Amino acid sequence: MSPVLGQVFTAPSIDWWALSPQIILLGAALLILVVSSLLAERCPVWFSGVVALVAGAGVFVSGFYLWYDIRDGGPRAIVSGALSVDGFSVLFILLVAVAVVMTVLVADAYLEREHMDPPEFHALLLLAATGAIVMASAADLIVLFLGLESLSIGLYVMAAMQFRREEAQEAAMKYFILGAFSSAFFLYGIAMVYGATGSTGLAHARDYLNRLDTAIVDQPWMLMLGFALLLVGLAFKVAAVPFHFWAPDVYQGSPAPVSGFMASAAKAAGFAAMLRIFFVAFGQSKADWSPVLGVLAVITLVVGVVMAIIQTDLKRMIAFSSIAHAGYILVGVQAGTSEGTAAALFYLFSYTLMVLGTFAVISLVQWRDGQPLDRFEGLADRRPLIGFALTVFLLGQAGVPLTSGFIAKFLVIKAAVDERTWWLAIAAMLVSAAGAYIYLRVIFAVWRRPDDGDSTIGTEAGSVVAPVVPLASGLAILGAMAFTLVVGFVPQFLIEFARDAVPVLIG
Amino acid sequence: MSLLASSGGAGFPILNWLILVPAVGALVVAFLPRGREELARPVGTVFASAAGALSVYLLVVFDGSDPGFQFESTRSWIADLGISWHVGVDGISLFLVVLTGLIFPIVLAGLDPHGEPRPYTAWMLVLQSASFGAFLALDLFLFFVFFEVVLVPMYMLIAGWGYDRRRYAANKFFIYTMAGSALMLVAIIAVVSLSASDGGITFDLNTLAERQSLATNTARWAFAAFALAFAIKIPLVPVHTWLPDAHTQAPTGGSVILAAVMLKLGTYGLLRFGLYLFPEASVHFAPVLVTLAVIGIIYGALVATMQTDLKRLVAYSSVAHMGFVVLGIFAFTVTGLEGGVLQMVNHGVSTGALFILVGFIYERRHTRRISELKGLQKAAPVMAGFFTVVMLSSVGLPGLNGFVGEFLILIGSFATRRWWTVVAAAGVILAALYLLWAYQRVFHGEPDEANAETRDLLTREKLVLAPFVAAIVFIGVYPAPLLDRVEPAVDSLITHIEANSNYRRPEEPVVVPTRTDTGDSGSETGGEG
Repeated sequence: MSPVLGQVFTAPSIDWWALSPQIILLGAALLILVVSSLLAERCPVWFSGVVALVAGAGVFVSGFYLWYDIRDGGPRAIVSGALSVDGFSVLFILLVAVAVVMTVLVADAYLEREHMDPPEFHALLLLAATGAIVMASAADLIVLFLGLESLSIGLYVMAAMQFRREEAQEAAMKYFILGAFSSAFFLYGIAMVYGATGSTGLAHARDYLNRLDTAIVDQPWMLMLGFALLLVGLAFKVAAVPFHFWAPDVYQGSPAPVSGFMASAAKAAGFAAMLRIFFVAFGQSKADWSPVLGVLAVITLVVGVVMAIIQTDLKRMIAFSSIAHAGYILVGVQAGTSEGTAAALFYLFSYTLMVLGTFAVISLVQWRDGQPLDRFEGLADRRPLIGFALTVFLLGQAGVPLTSGFIAKFLVIKAAVDERTWWLAIAAMLVSAAGAYIYLRVIFAVWRRPDDGDSTIGTEAGSVVAPVVPLASGLAILGAMAFTLVVGFVPQFLIEFARDAVPVLIG
Repeated sequence: MSLLASSGGAGFPILNWLILVPAVGALVVAFLPRGREELARPVGTVFASAAGALSVYLLVVFDGSDPGFQFESTRSWIADLGISWHVGVDGISLFLVVLTGLIFPIVLAGLDPHGEPRPYTAWMLVLQSASFGAFLALDLFLFFVFFEVVLVPMYMLIAGWGYDRRRYAANKFFIYTMAGSALMLVAIIAVVSLSASDGGITFDLNTLAERQSLATNTARWAFAAFALAFAIKIPLVPVHTWLPDAHTQAPTGGSVILAAVMLKLGTYGLLRFGLYLFPEASVHFAPVLVTLAVIGIIYGALVATMQTDLKRLVAYSSVAHMGFVVLGIFAFTVTGLEGGVLQMVNHGVSTGALFILVGFIYERRHTRRISELKGLQKAAPVMAGFFTVVMLSSVGLPGLNGFVGEFLILIGSFATRRWWTVVAAAGVILAALYLLWAYQRVFHGEPDEANAETRDLLTREKLVLAPFVAAIVFIGVYPAPLLDRVEPAVDSLITHIEANSNYRRPEEPVVVPTRTDTGDSGSETGGEG
C-alpha cells in the first residue's frame, strides 16, 4: 500500500533489465550532451547521430528481449508498482524505437541542410522518446504524468529548433502554451481520480471500482470529472477534435522530421496512456466513457478529413489527416474490448510507419516557404522509387487494400461492428471514402508529368522536384514502404503481436 | 478428367497462377533497366498473354456439367480472423475470366498509350491481376481486397494517360466507388460478425451462404449495402454519373478495360455475393433493382442519343446495356440469368471494340465531336466496315452476339417481370436509334477537307479488331458452348434462392439451346413456344 509519511523509506528493489529501454535512451542522451559540450568544436559531426541510432537500435533489441522475457515469465509490475512490463509496453517500446531510428535517419541530411545543431536535436529526441516509453508503461498516474512531461518538453524545444523560421517559433510557442494547458487539465484529472478512489495507482483505482457492488463511491461526480479532465488532457496530446487546434500549425511549422516524430511516437504515447487509463483501469466504467469517445471519434474524423481536403500545403494536409487518423484509432479505443484495443494498437503501429515515411519524403523537399502541393509535381517522374513509396504511404492512409492501412481500418471497423456500434462504423467508413480525396490529390500531383497541359496548379519553373535522396533517408523510406506493403499482404504476425500486447494490469 | 485432376491437385493450382503471372509481370516491367522503356510493352504483352493462355487452358479443362466451384484452392491467410485465400471458378465466372485473360494482351499489344509505356504497362498488368482475383475470390475479405485494389491502377491509368479533364474524372471515379464499397465493408464485417455465433468466425463465401444464419431484416440491410456498392460499379441510374466522365477521359486502353472488365465486377458481384449470400433479400429488393435497371436502359439510351461526343455516347450506351444485365439477373429464371451472364461477355466485347474504334478515330482526327466528323466511310472504308459490325452487335442484330444475350434476357424476364420487360424491349429500339444515327452522322455523307484525309486502318489496327469481330460473330451464331457451361451454375444458384426464400421459379419455356437443333443459328429461337 502507499507509503505513509514518517515511515522509514526503503528503496524498492528494481528490475534493472526491465528498465533497459529507458536506461539506454537516457544514457545515450546524456552521453551526447556531455561529449558534445566537452569536445565542442572537436566533436565529429556524425557522433550524436550515430549514438542516437545505436540507442534506437539498442532499445529495439531490448524490446525484443523483454518480449521473450514476458512470454516466458509473464507480465509484471516493477519499481514497486510504478511501471508495468507487459506486451503493451513492449509494443510501444518497439514502436518508439522504430520512430527514433527513422527520425534519426531522416534528420541526418535535413539537419545539415537547415543548419541545425545535431547533438541538441538528438539528445532531445532521445529524451522525448524516454518520456514516451515511460508513458506507455506507467502503472501510476503520477508516473504517467512524468512521462508526458518529458515527452512534451523535448518536443517543445524540438519544434522551435529552426529558430530562423518565424513559423517554427510561432509553432513552438503555440505548442508550448497549449501543451502546458493540457498538462494542467491532466494533472487536475489525476487529483480528481485520487479524490474519488484514494490512489493514483491504476491497479488500485481499478480494484476500488471493481468493489463497487459492495461499496458505493462517495463522490461519483468526482470520478466522472476526473475521467473528463484526463480525457481532455490526453485528447490534446493525440490531437482529437475539439482539442486539435495546435496540431496543424505545429506540424507545419516544425522541422519535417520532428513533425513525423510528433505524429507517430507522441501520438502513440498519448493513445497508450488513454488505453492504460480507460481500457485497463476504468474498464468497469466503460458505459460512462465509451459513448464520449465514440462521439469524439466521429467529430475528429469529420473535422480532420474536411479540413485536410481544403489544404494546399502538404505538411498541413498531413497534419489534418493525422487528426482524422486519431479518429479511427479512437473508434478502436471506444469499443472498450480486447479486440478494439488490439485494433487500435495495430493501427498505431502501421500508421507510425506510414506517417514517418510520408514526413521522410516531405523532408526531402523542404522549402523555406513551406511545402505547397505543386512542389511535389513530377516527383514520380524524376524519382520513381520515392514517388512510388509516397504513393504507397498515401494509399495506405487512404485505407486501400494490400497496405497495412487497410488492415488497420478493417480491424477498428470490425471492433466497432462487433460491439454493434453501427452508426460509428458506418460514419467512419463514409468519412474514409471522402478522405480518399486528400490522398488522391497528392498522388495525382506526384504522378503528374511535368510537361502536362492540364494546368490547374501553377507551373512556375522549378516546381518539378528532383530532390537529392541521401542514403539514410532513402533507407528509412524504403524500410517504411516495405513494412507498409508486407503488413498489407501478410498481416497475421502484426495482428498476433497487437493481440498479445493488449494491456493487463498487475498489482 | 485426369488432366483436370492433375491441374487441380497440383502444388500451385492454375487459378493462383492466373493472378500471379500478371502481378509478376508488373514487377518485371517496373524494374526494367532505365532507358529501356521500349521493352515495356512487349514484355508486358508476354506476361498478359501468358495469363490469357492460362485462361484459355482453364476453359478447355473446365468441366461444363459441374454446377459447383472448380479448381478451388484454399490457403489460410489471416487465420485469426478466419480469412483465407480461397479461389475457385464456376460457370458464372468462367467466361469473365477468359474475357479478362484475352482482352488485356490485345489492349497492351495493340493500343498505343500515347505516353510513357513503362508505368502504363505495369499498371495494366496490376489491373489484370486484380481483375482475375476479383472474379475468382470465394472469400468475402479476399474479394473486397481485389474489388478495391482494381481502383488504384485504373485511377493511375485515367490520371496519367487520360485527356484534358482526367483529374476530375479520375477522382470522381475513385471516390464514387470507394464510397459504395465503404458501406459494403461494414456489411461484410456485419455479416461475418453476426453469423459467427454458431461456429467460428469465417469470411468464406460458401460457408456463409450455406449457413444463412442472419435474421431477415439484417440480411436485407446487408444486401442493400452490397447492392449499393455494386450498383455504383455497374453502374445503375442514379449512381452512374462517374461513368461518362471516367470513360471519356480515360485513355483508349483504359476505357476498353473499364467497359469490358471493371463494370462486370458490379453485375458479377450481384450474382456471386448478392444473390448467393442473401437469397431472401435479393428477392425482396428485386423490384427496386429491376426498376432501376429498366430506367437505366431507357435513360441511358435517351441520353446517349443526345450526346455530341462520340466516346460519351458509347459510355452512355454502357449504362443501357448493363441495365439489361441487371434485368436478366433479377429475373431469377435460368434463361434470364444465362442471358445476363452472356450479355456481360457480349457487352465487354462489343463496347470494348467500340471504344477501340472511337480511339482510332480520335488518333486520326483529334476530335470526338460528332459534328466535326463526316463521311469517314469514303476515306476509311475498312474502319467503317468494322464499325458497322460492332455497332450492329451492340444494337442487337440477330446473328451477332448482342442479340443472343438481350433476347435471352427478355425471354427470361418476361415470365417473372412482364411489364418491366415490355418497357426494356423498347430500349432495344432506342439502341438502334442512337447508334445508327451516330453512324450516319459520322460515316455517311461527303467528307469535308479534313475528314477526307482520314487514314484507313493499318494492319496492326485490323489485327486488334479482328478477335473482337470473330467473337461477335461466333457468339452470335453459336452461343451453345458458352450457355452449356453457364447453365448448371445458374440453375444451382436459382435452386439456392428457392431453398432460402419463398420464391418459386415459373415453368420455363425451354429456350436453352440444344445441339439437336436443325439450323446452326437456331439457338436463339430454338424451342421458343
